[in-house]
Amino acid sequence: MKDQRPVVILIFIFLVSIVLLTKLFMIQVLDDSFMKRAERNAIQRIVDHPYRGLIYDRNGKLMVFNNPIFDLMVVPKEFKVGDTTRFCQLFKISKEELIEKYEAAKNYSRVKPSPLIKQISTTDFARIQDFLVDYPGLFIMTRSVRSYPTPTAAHALGYIGEISAGQLEKDTLKYYSQGDYVGLSGLERYYENELRGKKGVKYKMVNVRGVDKGPFKDGEYDTASVAGKNITSTIDLELQRYGEMLMNGKTGSVVAIEPKTGEILAMISAPFYDPNELTGAEFSKTYRRLNNDKSKPLFNRPIMAMYPPGSIFKIVQSLIGLQEGILTPNSTFACNRSLVACHNHPNPVNLFGAIRNSCNPYYHQAFRQIINQEVSTNTFKDTEIGLNAWREHVIKFGLGSPLGLDMMGEKGGDIPSSKLYDRVYGPGRWKYSTIYSLSIGQGEMQVTPLQMANLAAIFANKGYYYTPHLVKAVDGDPTLIPGKFQIKHDVGIDAHHFDLIQDAMAEALYGTANRAVIKDLVIAGKTGTAQNPHGEDHSVFIAFAPKDDPKIAIAVYVENAGWGGRAAASTASLMIEKYIKGQITRPELEQYVLAGNFIY
Amino acid sequence: MRESDIHINRVDWIAVSIYFALVIIGWFNIYAAVYDSQVEKSIFDFSINSGKQLVWIGTAIALITIIMVADYRFFENLSLVIYVIFMLLLVVTPFVGKEVNGQTLSIGFGDFRIQPGEFAKFATALALAKVMERPTFDLSKKNYQIIAFGVLLIPIALILLQPDTGTAMVYFSFLLMFYREGLPQWYYILGFGFVAITLLALGVDNNLYLALAVAIFAGILIFLGKRTWQRILAFSLIGIGIIAYIYSIDFVVAKLPPHQQNRIMVLFNPDIDPLGVGWNVTQSKIAIGSGGLLGKGYLEGTQTKFDFVPEQHTDFIFCTLGEEFGWIGSLVVIGLFAGLLYRLVIMAERQKTRFSRIYGYGVVSILLFHFMINIAMTIGLFPVVGIPLPFFSYGGSSLWSFTVLLFIFIKFDSSRATQLGRIS
Repeated sequence: MKDQRPVVILIFIFLVSIVLLTKLFMIQVLDDSFMKRAERNAIQRIVDHPYRGLIYDRNGKLMVFNNPIFDLMVVPKEFKVGDTTRFCQLFKISKEELIEKYEAAKNYSRVKPSPLIKQISTTDFARIQDFLVDYPGLFIMTRSVRSYPTPTAAHALGYIGEISAGQLEKDTLKYYSQGDYVGLSGLERYYENELRGKKGVKYKMVNVRGVDKGPFKDGEYDTASVAGKNITSTIDLELQRYGEMLMNGKTGSVVAIEPKTGEILAMISAPFYDPNELTGAEFSKTYRRLNNDKSKPLFNRPIMAMYPPGSIFKIVQSLIGLQEGILTPNSTFACNRSLVACHNHPNPVNLFGAIRNSCNPYYHQAFRQIINQEVSTNTFKDTEIGLNAWREHVIKFGLGSPLGLDMMGEKGGDIPSSKLYDRVYGPGRWKYSTIYSLSIGQGEMQVTPLQMANLAAIFANKGYYYTPHLVKAVDGDPTLIPGKFQIKHDVGIDAHHFDLIQDAMAEALYGTANRAVIKDLVIAGKTGTAQNPHGEDHSVFIAFAPKDDPKIAIAVYVENAGWGGRAAASTASLMIEKYIKGQITRPELEQYVLAGNFIY
Repeated sequence: MRESDIHINRVDWIAVSIYFALVIIGWFNIYAAVYDSQVEKSIFDFSINSGKQLVWIGTAIALITIIMVADYRFFENLSLVIYVIFMLLLVVTPFVGKEVNGQTLSIGFGDFRIQPGEFAKFATALALAKVMERPTFDLSKKNYQIIAFGVLLIPIALILLQPDTGTAMVYFSFLLMFYREGLPQWYYILGFGFVAITLLALGVDNNLYLALAVAIFAGILIFLGKRTWQRILAFSLIGIGIIAYIYSIDFVVAKLPPHQQNRIMVLFNPDIDPLGVGWNVTQSKIAIGSGGLLGKGYLEGTQTKFDFVPEQHTDFIFCTLGEEFGWIGSLVVIGLFAGLLYRLVIMAERQKTRFSRIYGYGVVSILLFHFMINIAMTIGLFPVVGIPLPFFSYGGSSLWSFTVLLFIFIKFDSSRATQLGRIS
């Protein structure tokens, strides 16, 4: 009796297995009602994309908003097309494209939705909505694209686009998924985390046709999306537009800063493009066109283009000389043109005259004294020590490295140190005669238009600056902007040294840029000419105004437009008038700039 | 350590291979249960359950190593000590454990938690083997039956205090081992009859039909046999007793806590409350049923995703398998379980000591019960009881306890040549 019991146990195990497998065979293979119920009754995870934050200008005018668009999605397993020709007509798609998209969707997944036609306009959506019920496996997904009521400030605002594989890889928190839109440049990129909001998720029951059968478990697992934060830009929309009008058809940059805060009032990169073109269905086509354009409209000149600072740098030299005690307002040097070329002006000049007349030999001689302070008896060693000490001064003006504004891709320019010359000429094999071009802002020295505008702000502020930035408030709260924009940077020059500089700059306008003079508005400015070995020189001008209570500091670069006193000074003057007075009183100057015929 | 303690070439590699096959298939299914194409995460990602399960698998392999290098006499000699330790842990669990959904199942610190109820299974198997190994121990005698049931009822009572009905039920599976060791057959005939009548009483709407059937059956039995008055009286009393029992069931069910009532009712009609208590069973059946013969393909399932049914990767892990691998997948896994159980019976029968044979049958009993009840509940053949599918379900306590349970027996089996034959 007992010996049979192991056998009974084995039979029992066998029977249990048979019963389970039989029941499984019944529900899995014989009974197809479960398959139908599964199709009728699938849980879909719908990501609820939040509204991206809006961007306003400094006066509360809307710059960027969201425009709803619609994607037609397909679930390949459920999709039945029937009459292909009719389908292609209805949905305005070519047969080849339909097959290509369908195959791509099928390769991705047979049971999960993929986009068939992306970014359908509101009018097209209204037209096809009624036909959707005829085609199982199709449904509409709504998302929104960025729109710009005023087509301006494309470079500063930036654009959004589909996230790249590389970015997805770096997204360690796994917030993003394939097909998400992220800021790719400008403010859209820098303030991505503020603008994007927080995705929500909804679980819902859908049938085979994607028809909503209500939330799963009454939405117990759903989370609501949180809209992105709105951003108030520092840009003055009117000034930005006016600047773009003036720069239309030209190549160059305009950067205007409010000196007391570092807020960027306008930032123009010419040539520019309509930001509305880089959204929606047109994105990739427009992007390709802009990217191949020889005039480089995507190149953000104010922060990426680098030029030698030219004569404008003489002001920095003057300030370093004054601070070091090398120069006094009475220091006089002869305009000795055997050292370096110059132009006709009274001779000799004191410091005021040197700035007013932009005297090259003056700075050749003054810079030699700044560099060779005879710290070492070895001329070569002395030059090295002097150069590096000088460089310490210069980089405090925000030159030589990126300022760190709230945009990606900012270039830092170049302020050479002894290392550069050691590399080129060998240690101990160069001295002042090797580096004298630096005295007048030429040679191995490069700055960006943004850094130049910041220089103008430093001159206006008599020795300090706030890092230039493009955002004034996040969600209406000014304290939410990055802390680095609230730190005052001191350039290490005593404030009283700036009095003479400011006077000379105001006076210089009458000598070198009298087109820029505005009645009853005192502008302090300085012309420059960035030498261009490839063609006509670039016209450069920096200024701030009103001189006694500066509200705007500006740098203007117009490429291949010759001398700074014409194109750049005229543009800057018009911008200043527009910002401070709100209107233009000199239509003939405006015409002159718009015509753009600066070389004669 | 003596040379004779490790017998690698005596290890039953068939059982070990099936164990690893089940663990690996389970791991892939755990990943499928949390897989979300919207958020591509690697199966190794420690932030999701498949990554964590990999840690449990790794630690389980460490446990296996420890068991295999240990001396088999350690488990035999200390079996009662192990039993007492786990009984004490069960006693303290309701007081120091962490309460989740009204149950206090686990103890530990921070994220490291174990469920003593899971580990008490192998401790009880060891203790039963110990008390029953004496040659004089005879389960057909009443006083020995009392001892055996006593050892069994202590953990059952303690686990019911947690309360965890599902795990407590698992201990009744030792009745299978008692059967092999000679508990009289009429216990089982009575038991099955009792269960059958209970199920019928619950399933048939009108108890009158059932009562009539019992009366007619009793009448036929009286009519066929010798019609002595003692016999007529006995059958009549038994018949009346059964009928009384049938009518009392509805009354008893009404006294049960509502969630248990519902679980029983849903078994007979899952559509009573398809979005409520029947939800798990309904969804589980839809998921498995929609798998068809070959399944929807790995990670292509649509019914078992998103990880929000809490049991998806633990007690209902079989759904994912059924949906994505179809009936063929179910056949393979059920085949593996049946094969392992068959192998374990063969192994138990070849043991030279009564101790290791009894322990072997204890292993068979527990594994068979889990396998049978877990799968039966996912396909609506049994009420929903929260017990995992051995080696397959997500969770450290579950994987570890089944691993320890199984490998102690594999250790005994591999050492059987050095054991003295004490089989009576």
